[in-house]
Amino acid sequence: MSEAASDKIPVTVLTGYLGAGKTTLLNRILSEPHGKKYAVIVNEFGEIGIDNDLVVGADEEVFEMNNGCICCTVRGDLIRIIDGLMRRKGKFDAIIVETTGLADPAPVAQTFFVDDAIGAKTKLDAVVTVADAKWLKDRLRDAPEAKNQIAFADVILINKTDLVSDADLREVEARIRGLNPYATVHRTQRCAVPLPEVLGRGAFDLDRILDIEPQFLERDDEHDHHHDHEHGDGHHHHHEHGGLKHYHDEEMQSLSLKSDKPLNPDKFFPWMQELVAKEGPNILRLKGILAFRDDPDRFVLQGVHMMLDGDHQRPWKNGEARESRLVFIGRNLPEETIRQGFEGCLV
Amino acid sequence: MTDTRPATPSIAERTRHVDAGGAVVAAHFLGDVAAFVLGDEALLLAPPDGGEQRAVAHGGAILASAGDDARIVTAGDDGKVTTTRRDGASAVIATDPKRRWIDHIALGPDRAVAWSAGKQAFVRTGKGETREFEAPSSVGGLAFAPKGFRVAVSHYNGATLWFPNAPNATPEFLAWKGSHLAVTFSPDGRFLVTAMQEPTLHGWRVVDGRHMRMAGYTAKVRALSWSAGGKWLASSGSDQLVLWPFTGKDGPMGKEPRLLAPMDRRVVAVACHPTQDVVAVGYENGLVLLVRIEDGAEIVANKPSGVAASALAWNTAGAMLAFGCDDGQAGVLKL
Repeated sequence: MSEAASDKIPVTVLTGYLGAGKTTLLNRILSEPHGKKYAVIVNEFGEIGIDNDLVVGADEEVFEMNNGCICCTVRGDLIRIIDGLMRRKGKFDAIIVETTGLADPAPVAQTFFVDDAIGAKTKLDAVVTVADAKWLKDRLRDAPEAKNQIAFADVILINKTDLVSDADLREVEARIRGLNPYATVHRTQRCAVPLPEVLGRGAFDLDRILDIEPQFLERDDEHDHHHDHEHGDGHHHHHEHGGLKHYHDEEMQSLSLKSDKPLNPDKFFPWMQELVAKEGPNILRLKGILAFRDDPDRFVLQGVHMMLDGDHQRPWKNGEARESRLVFIGRNLPEETIRQGFEGCLV
Repeated sequence: MTDTRPATPSIAERTRHVDAGGAVVAAHFLGDVAAFVLGDEALLLAPPDGGEQRAVAHGGAILASAGDDARIVTAGDDGKVTTTRRDGASAVIATDPKRRWIDHIALGPDRAVAWSAGKQAFVRTGKGETREFEAPSSVGGLAFAPKGFRVAVSHYNGATLWFPNAPNATPEFLAWKGSHLAVTFSPDGRFLVTAMQEPTLHGWRVVDGRHMRMAGYTAKVRALSWSAGGKWLASSGSDQLVLWPFTGKDGPMGKEPRLLAPMDRRVVAVACHPTQDVVAVGYENGLVLLVRIEDGAEIVANKPSGVAASALAWNTAGAMLAFGCDDGQAGVLKL
């Protein structure tokens, strides 16, 4: 039985490599006086400093689905736990899933697309990743999980900023941007961030895919403060976006496609299906705002690996540029092939 | 297609309506007392002449239940297994040492009870001894075999047949890739069937492990029920009643299911009549139909209210039907 999107319980996923500060963020969420009650799914009991009778232990069981797609995995334990939690519907306002430091966020996200009962009652709100300002650089080198967590995120907290110099902080942010230019980034100490910046984001709501421009540092409230202390890296200017060095990761990239020519839906959808069937395992996230030929509506699209979710969003407004944009974050994406494929769908 | 066909006869007006006071997640009968298991912590016992009674069985959500004529055994997120009797008296029969959620339960011969928490399955024998089995992954479902003291434990990538009273016997592993949830033996014990995470059923012929795939559903199958004598396996998960034939020696292998009572809404609950070839079918809009297997004849037992009729049960004699819905509406129908 499907329920209106507004009745669905939002689920926030907290990820981050070991020691980055996930539990600090979780405790902050639970202890602030917001008047809301959260059901919390954790992997290690005993670290939560707040009394909460809705704390449930999970086992991180990643199950493959029998649909011929090796990247289509779900978290079996989450299905079981959320199913159980929904029997207490009305006793809590939202669910927070804390993953282990080594977890891949994709199976968590895919669970909400794959399981009909979970999808009918809950909705994925956002993947929030806590990154350690001091150690993230090293982890991006030696821990594929850490890279996945950054690339997959909707919101990233660069935490423990007090432990690094300003130059190091800018460096780590630039590396994050190199992997994921679309997430909202916050610089924090002890995960101090206004809760509306991490909860109720609607990052997977098709209705809220409004803008998929890369997010640069200018949008960060703390920017000016840090900017004052900046010095000595002027020679990088020609490589910079919004004052940050541009890093290119060998393995994980983002790719942005854009056109003001309308798309032919009869070409676009088969191409998209084929692309995710072939490249799905390498595509972590994709989002699109699309303008189809003879279609008065904006079409919005999102995807996780091979899973696609799309819908007409609203009519294009008068004066609004009818521009299609499609962005990918993924591993070893065949950029030229994808670009050519996209261009082949233009009218 | 409309909610019901215009000429469908109705006995809905004979229903005694009950306000269960919360989402009904399962229904059972204790003799002639209908018992509605509520999602939150209690059961509502509804005797035939009124005087409903709320019996609090858990300190949290009830995650699973099973019943026979004398008792209902429930498992909760408070880590307890509780027995409730028709007078409303309840007793805790087991507590998980780590207070983990207990989310599956099954009743066996000689008053045996099986339950599971995470990967661990437990059996309390009729003599009061507790046995334990660790599955390779979280338990998806439990079922006692109709003969012999044997428990099927479903899990990721298959199901295991466990002999709780034979600690030296190696459990028999039935492999099939994927996540297996609800599990049930055919009444003659020849077949084991699981509902999977995918919208499909999987079956094994127990004697030789031969596989049966039963596909074509539009949603995960959450309700399974064997018809009288085990001739048919009724299932939810489609916008019609799906019945698989289990009469021949090969069960449903190579056979088509019988599809009855199609609606534009999905079936969410099924309960076969204990003696006749009739199935009570609950739809996601609250409609409850009684469907005769032989010719597909339908009788309306509850009119659609818009809220899923998620729980159904017959009493042992087959003279009473209880149904419960997600919004706490419930009813008892005498036939």
